[in-house]
Amino acid sequence: MTTVALRRDNLLALTRDYGVYAALVVLVIINLIITPNFLAADNLRTQAVQVVPVLIVALGMALVIGTEGIDLSVGSVMAVSAAILPLYLGYGAFPAILLCLLAGAVAGLLSGTLVAVVGVQPIVATLALLVGGRGLALVISDGQLKDIFNPTILALGDGSVAGIPYTVLVAVVLVALVALLVGKTTFGRQLVAIGGNRRAAEFAALPVKRVLLVVYVLSGLLAAIAGILGTARLTASDPSKLGELIELSAITAVVVGGTPLSGGRVRVIGTVGGALLMQLITATLIKNDVPVSVSQMVQAAIIVAAVLLQRRAAR
Amino acid sequence: MTEPVLEALGVEKRFAGVRALAGVDLTVRPGEVHALVGENGAGKSTLIKVLTGVYQPDAGELRYQGAPVRFAGPPDAQAAGIATVYQEVALVGSMSVASNLFLGREPRRFGMIDFPAMRKSAAKLLAELGIDVDPARELRTLGLGVQQMIAVARALHSDARVVIMDEPTSSLEPREVDTLLALVRTLAERDVAVVYVSHRMDELYRVCDVVTVLRDGAVVHTGPLAELDRVRLIATMLGRDIAEVRREGSTAFSGEHETEDEPVLAAHELRRSTVLDGVDLEVRPGEVVGLGGLLGSGRSETVQALAGLQRLDSGAVEVNGQPVRPGSAAAAIRAGIVLVPEDRKVEGLVPNLSVRENIVLAALPRLSRLGVVSRAKQDAVVRTFMERLQIKASSPDQRVSELSGGNQQKVMLARWLAMSPKVLLLDEPTRGIDVGVKAQVQQLVDELADQGLGIVMVSSDLEELVEGADRVVVLRDGKSISQLRGDEVSVDAVLAEIAADAAEEVGS
Repeated sequence: MTTVALRRDNLLALTRDYGVYAALVVLVIINLIITPNFLAADNLRTQAVQVVPVLIVALGMALVIGTEGIDLSVGSVMAVSAAILPLYLGYGAFPAILLCLLAGAVAGLLSGTLVAVVGVQPIVATLALLVGGRGLALVISDGQLKDIFNPTILALGDGSVAGIPYTVLVAVVLVALVALLVGKTTFGRQLVAIGGNRRAAEFAALPVKRVLLVVYVLSGLLAAIAGILGTARLTASDPSKLGELIELSAITAVVVGGTPLSGGRVRVIGTVGGALLMQLITATLIKNDVPVSVSQMVQAAIIVAAVLLQRRAAR
Repeated sequence: MTEPVLEALGVEKRFAGVRALAGVDLTVRPGEVHALVGENGAGKSTLIKVLTGVYQPDAGELRYQGAPVRFAGPPDAQAAGIATVYQEVALVGSMSVASNLFLGREPRRFGMIDFPAMRKSAAKLLAELGIDVDPARELRTLGLGVQQMIAVARALHSDARVVIMDEPTSSLEPREVDTLLALVRTLAERDVAVVYVSHRMDELYRVCDVVTVLRDGAVVHTGPLAELDRVRLIATMLGRDIAEVRREGSTAFSGEHETEDEPVLAAHELRRSTVLDGVDLEVRPGEVVGLGGLLGSGRSETVQALAGLQRLDSGAVEVNGQPVRPGSAAAAIRAGIVLVPEDRKVEGLVPNLSVRENIVLAALPRLSRLGVVSRAKQDAVVRTFMERLQIKASSPDQRVSELSGGNQQKVMLARWLAMSPKVLLLDEPTRGIDVGVKAQVQQLVDELADQGLGIVMVSSDLEELVEGADRVVVLRDGKSISQLRGDEVSVDAVLAEIAADAAEEVGS
């Protein structure tokens, strides 16, 4: 095997697994050349802060996709979380945050129950929540944009330690937790096995329903966190707009990062790479005065390329 | 002698530097049934894939009807007239029998599919082949055996000059095998050349005219099958001494483990709607109990019910006298009942995970502390079983889908042995694995029984069943109808029990 290390199959698999990092490096180099002040701390911070919500949502999405599922409801769950936050800030920031998280978990429990217990297809179950969740968020908030004045929340959106924004720190911690969860825990390994061969998992008496349920709950929780951080950064609760179409960006980040839609594999760090790559592409094009529409087309091309790579490298 | 219809000349194929085919010659003539045999890894599959255009040869050439050809892909080979019937049914389960027969070449009228015409020709074709199935029926509602017959019918129906059959009988019942072999002869009479791959010696001798033996990617023998007796054929395949093969016999089971102990497993009157209708079963420690019967007689359903994978309407399962909650795989495993399922690919392996992860899959909670998997404990288990079962993998991290069928089966065994079971249920433990590994698996089953495990084995291979089991319980229509023990256990006796009124069973 070692004699001809770089056969075509291996090359494809390598590109699938590490292509996203290579693309990132190339993009950074291009930016170093063409984008003024690319390496400036300000710019780096902006990029990092902007990518946080998508990244956090994508972490949950990666787990769901690893089970051969999909979660379209994440944007709406963000909105619900955003709608709830200002209502309970009167009791203090932490109770309000806890309630937001609870709402996210309940939303995940709902779609998880539909998927795991009732046996509804994930795309249908979470589509229902995508529609209903946004509606609920608007009902809760009366469709109003509400400014946030709570100092803790404002600090969360704006503050930083040693130059690193809190939101970015939260994202980093979550990435580490999810990576450990997938790689080192019974739950993570069972999750991957269920996505790889559900029937085999059932035959091996894995707690399939419980794992699926928890996966959707985690996705809901992560979406709720993204909703809180997004609201904090905006300094306003905007349930009608927050998280709109974020499910698509999240799926893109996951797939570009090397997690196949067919399940059985979760690449957490790859997902981070995927999210950063898509963020950087948009930023690069915008900074160099290319219209957003072009950036969207470039993103589309990258998605197609990633999916093609996965199909060809999968044996 | 007729001109060859398909020839391979000096075909070579390498994968990542490993030589899979080293200059293979194969000559197939019209009207002949050509057996292609060899152990797994001998190059049979690769050769078939070259013949059917899945792979292109690195060197050498293919000649079809006298002229050199190059198939860019399977459609090319099919268009030329080379049809393939695979081991696993490669049809569309959700479509009707008729649609499957005509998939891709539907009769058309005004540019639309002419369904009435299609159903009519399908019915005619099926009748011609003696397959009693409603062409309008959805394929997946049929048994695996019948589905395989449809696959063959499909190949037969197209204007194929060469039909390649890759273990077409591995999921068929004896009676269905008869029908299939009759089909193969029909094909040969129509001057179609058949390349027939099978591990089952019986079938080869019943149906094949010529044999080509592959070993380590090269042809070690080719000639009329009649000139090579069974022992000599196996010896040629394995590259072993004839005397050695004779001594070992055709299966590696040692046979007797009679014990008088209390049963470790007892099942009473297992019932479930249409599939189980009163199955009784007792297994003592150190005993191998065979489950005989036709496809659909409830063998797989019985072991699945014992393993908690099927709900039960009534009936009780006990381990060492303690009742086991029915319908819960987790409860069964806790009680010490584990099942190595029939279809490893669908029910057993997680293909894109490693050998390591597949082995520890069921044992994960035991190898974890506070939900975190202990790498050291995991490695210890994996190492132990890879050694004990002689699992051949480049490393524990190799993807399980890259292993041969025999080694995959060993991974499945390892997964369940790692749960330290009291009762081991084996559903077709040696299906589709090659002769050498088969013997190892059989020997292992013996050893496990000797160590005091109670074993229940389902096998369609009657010889294996009879050689391996101390007792055989025969099922018919989901009911245990008789029990053979000791000297009563013979192929003829099992067949007699099964055949009592088997006529009504097949195809139902």
